[in-house]
Amino acid sequence: MKNIGRHLGSGFLALVFLFFYLPILSVVVYSFNESVIASQWTHFSLKWYFKLLDDTEILDACRTSLELALATACSSVFIGAWIGYVLANYQRFRGSTLFAAMVNAPLVLPEVISGISLLLLFVSLEQTLGWPQGRGMATMWIGHTMLCVSYVAITVQARLSAMDKSLTEAARDLGAPPLRVFFDITLPLIAPSLVAGWVLSLTISLDDVIMSAFLSGPETTTLPLVLLSRMRLGLNPEINAIGTLIIAVVSFGVVINSYYMMKREQRQARYLRMAVLSNSSEGRLAHAPPA
Amino acid sequence: MATPRKPAADLALWRWLPSGKAWAIGLPFVFLLVFFMVPFLMVLKISFAESTMDVPPFTHLLALEHDKLAISLNFESYRTILEDDIYLAAYVSSVKVAFFTTLLCLLVGYPTALLIANARPALRNLLLMGIILPFWTSYLVRVYAWIGILKDQGLANRLLIYLGLSDTPFALMQNTFGLYVGMVYSYLPYMVLPMYAFLVKMDTSLPEAARDLGAKPWEVFLTITLPLSFPGISAGCLLVFIPSVGEYVIPELLGSSQDLMIGRVMWSDFFNSIAWPLASAATCVMVALLLLPMVWFQRVQNREPQTA
Amino acid sequence: MMTTPPHSTKIAPTAPVGDEGFLQIVEVSKKFGEVTVVDRLNLSVRRKEFFALLGSSGCGKSTLLRIMAGLETPSSGRVILDGQDITDLPAHRRPVNMMFQSYALFPHMNVSANVAYGLKREGVARLEREERVREALELVQMGAYAGHMPAQLSGGQQQRVALARSLVKSPKLLLLDEPMSALDKKIRQKTQFELGTILQKVGVTCVMVTHDQEEAMTMADRLAVMSEGAIVQMGTPENVYEAPSSRFAAEFIGSTNVFAGTLTEDGGSLLHCGELEQPLELGFAMANARQGHAVQVSIRPERIRLSFPEDDTTPPVHNSALGVVEQIGYMGSYTLYYLRLRSGRVVMVHVPREILVGFSQEPDYGDTLQLRWSVRSLVVLS
Repeated sequence: MKNIGRHLGSGFLALVFLFFYLPILSVVVYSFNESVIASQWTHFSLKWYFKLLDDTEILDACRTSLELALATACSSVFIGAWIGYVLANYQRFRGSTLFAAMVNAPLVLPEVISGISLLLLFVSLEQTLGWPQGRGMATMWIGHTMLCVSYVAITVQARLSAMDKSLTEAARDLGAPPLRVFFDITLPLIAPSLVAGWVLSLTISLDDVIMSAFLSGPETTTLPLVLLSRMRLGLNPEINAIGTLIIAVVSFGVVINSYYMMKREQRQARYLRMAVLSNSSEGRLAHAPPA
Repeated sequence: MATPRKPAADLALWRWLPSGKAWAIGLPFVFLLVFFMVPFLMVLKISFAESTMDVPPFTHLLALEHDKLAISLNFESYRTILEDDIYLAAYVSSVKVAFFTTLLCLLVGYPTALLIANARPALRNLLLMGIILPFWTSYLVRVYAWIGILKDQGLANRLLIYLGLSDTPFALMQNTFGLYVGMVYSYLPYMVLPMYAFLVKMDTSLPEAARDLGAKPWEVFLTITLPLSFPGISAGCLLVFIPSVGEYVIPELLGSSQDLMIGRVMWSDFFNSIAWPLASAATCVMVALLLLPMVWFQRVQNREPQTA
Repeated sequence: MMTTPPHSTKIAPTAPVGDEGFLQIVEVSKKFGEVTVVDRLNLSVRRKEFFALLGSSGCGKSTLLRIMAGLETPSSGRVILDGQDITDLPAHRRPVNMMFQSYALFPHMNVSANVAYGLKREGVARLEREERVREALELVQMGAYAGHMPAQLSGGQQQRVALARSLVKSPKLLLLDEPMSALDKKIRQKTQFELGTILQKVGVTCVMVTHDQEEAMTMADRLAVMSEGAIVQMGTPENVYEAPSSRFAAEFIGSTNVFAGTLTEDGGSLLHCGELEQPLELGFAMANARQGHAVQVSIRPERIRLSFPEDDTTPPVHNSALGVVEQIGYMGSYTLYYLRLRSGRVVMVHVPREILVGFSQEPDYGDTLQLRWSVRSLVVLS
């Protein structure tokens, strides 16, 4: 009886994963399809990839997207970590509810709302202050940062809340002034979540459609916007090619990350074994333990 | 005993310390106010403006003329929204689609999260990675792939015909079916991940205690696991429902023109008709609509910060 | 160095006289919102003294310790160390170091770096710093582990490193926050011994917080029993144990049997107690008390002698009772007997093995025994 349950479970999971990966597989497979009509397989070909190399519109958009994403990732991590720090360490201050609301809202708010509101802000600013002049990289950067900041903030907040508070207290007790405590103790310990936040922001920015649509200018267009306009016009097999490239890069990143995590887990297991060994002899080893 | 290195300077710094905290909180607060709160106020303000052909395409609310300050609030946009069938239908339809999307994601996502959480640790990480990987790849490209699969000459139909289940292709996209496929596909990770994060942190001794007290596996699930996972379920549902209401890309690419979603209407108002006050008013109404779910989400978040 | 024999329960000999009031807590209070956690507390610790704050959770002892460390600011009152008012000094500027309950070793630094951290913040030159770190690690016998990461160490090892780290700056005051709570019971005794030795060698003034009264009794020169933010009784372990000032103190440290009685006559020395058939006889006359005055007395279990009534040639008149053995707790070196008196009251008696083997027959369940105690073993509780 239990076996049937387990098989049902596995079967269900398999279906879910099939659902998840069907489009991805289809993109990869058809990117190598010679035929223009993507759904009809003729024979293997790399022609769409070569076409990509000549497609200046896409290449320019790629570059813009990458620049924007890198800038966004850096600014989001900086501001987001700061916000996360405030959320974790200051529970009650004037306006803390509003503060928390402003951080949590972008996580769920439909992007059209964020997009319209920021655009109207920039338009009004342009009218009163003269800046920003039209929409472009600056406005998109701010918009993307606003999207990503919340994710970084709650990641950092979770990590900080889980951290042993006595570590910062010990540093203070040992003579470190507050800023030093942050740089010596807090920052190294939240580093993993900062990296995660950076990568997440990068992805969100690279993938973003709606905010970019509202805040982009005539000169600046991102990859998703180019793809979107082409998709509306009809089928464009180059899209499969670029999709496959993105999938390849992401998969590579995921594999590297998994490898790194596995190494870390192995090292921690090794440490644990050593600690247990020492414990059993009550820490009274007359000789140095094996490294 | 240690003597402080720069006593005078330290003393000066110490006097500033209360303000140090104020700076630490104040700067990000101001940042959020400027780029989050103020834009909302802008939207509110412009929703009361009149549409014009100028740049920018709306009128000013305040006019100082002959020593008289005139504030003109134009309710035209709101009236249009309340009276024009399209808007009402769009809101209702959006909520309906969001609701069913959430339901479908819940029905598929909860078992998925449960199964992954209960899997062997080694397998668990692999499965989790499997769910997250599509999330990192381009969203647009994946939606595009669905177009390829669902269209009349697409993979799905060709498979159905090949299997002899039908002679003519089914209309699988540019209609409600395609819309839901796309929506569920995009939002499923947002349902699975928070629920998984919650389930994995759950105390395993509780189901064990229930079994020890004589509960059968399905009873354990219904009386222990399910009720205890409500916070995770709420988080997941809200993370799917609220953004779905305003979704634009998927209805545009996979839905039909009958599937009115407020996101598309707003987009069209904004970019096609250049009716910014109207779009602003629609935004305000949408925010008002979503206020309660968002407050609920805030409550859930306060209990336990979930990682995205 | 130490001269007390190994089986002694006390570890630290009394601190040298002089340098009273090295650490002074003056009228310190701490409120969190509406709740008063520390209530106008006054305390004075001698130089090089080992002082313990003893109490159950929520009594305010940890808060008081944190106030001494500078991690909390008192709502009112002053903290004075070696003549200097440090109340307004932030934690990082005080000549005070703390050993945390969780050890708080920085996980991203190795043992050396952890111990050196405080010296670095002080601006100590590299050579001197390395030397002092080496010395500190030798002191706690962790010299071989200088390059290890905290995650590689066992609990006991981490504790030593934490100790080295808090001692290396030669603080004027060392604070210990429940130092043994994370250790297994077996290791605890040995660690208490070692810790006491090290601290004595270094000669630093210590304040320790604990809920374990055995630990406080073993390690402290003087201790204070705390409850609800105030000190209930303060003194040497012997003082507090033998002469508890209140029922709370009597019951918190060790075990005791408390009886309530009333004076039989004006200025007398006999108490009538409802639970006992014979009166309680005090070792002195309560000169200023009137007949009927209510008195509570404490009798420690180890001060009650048991005997079989048949064996008694002269049955006692006062300070005695008859009881039936209801529970027996065999503890190896001693046995605990719980006897139910005729009134229904249960009394605990502690009988060392040596005494027990002197009985013609070891008392068993259901046996009726004669309990008696001397006049000197009665402690009047106020």
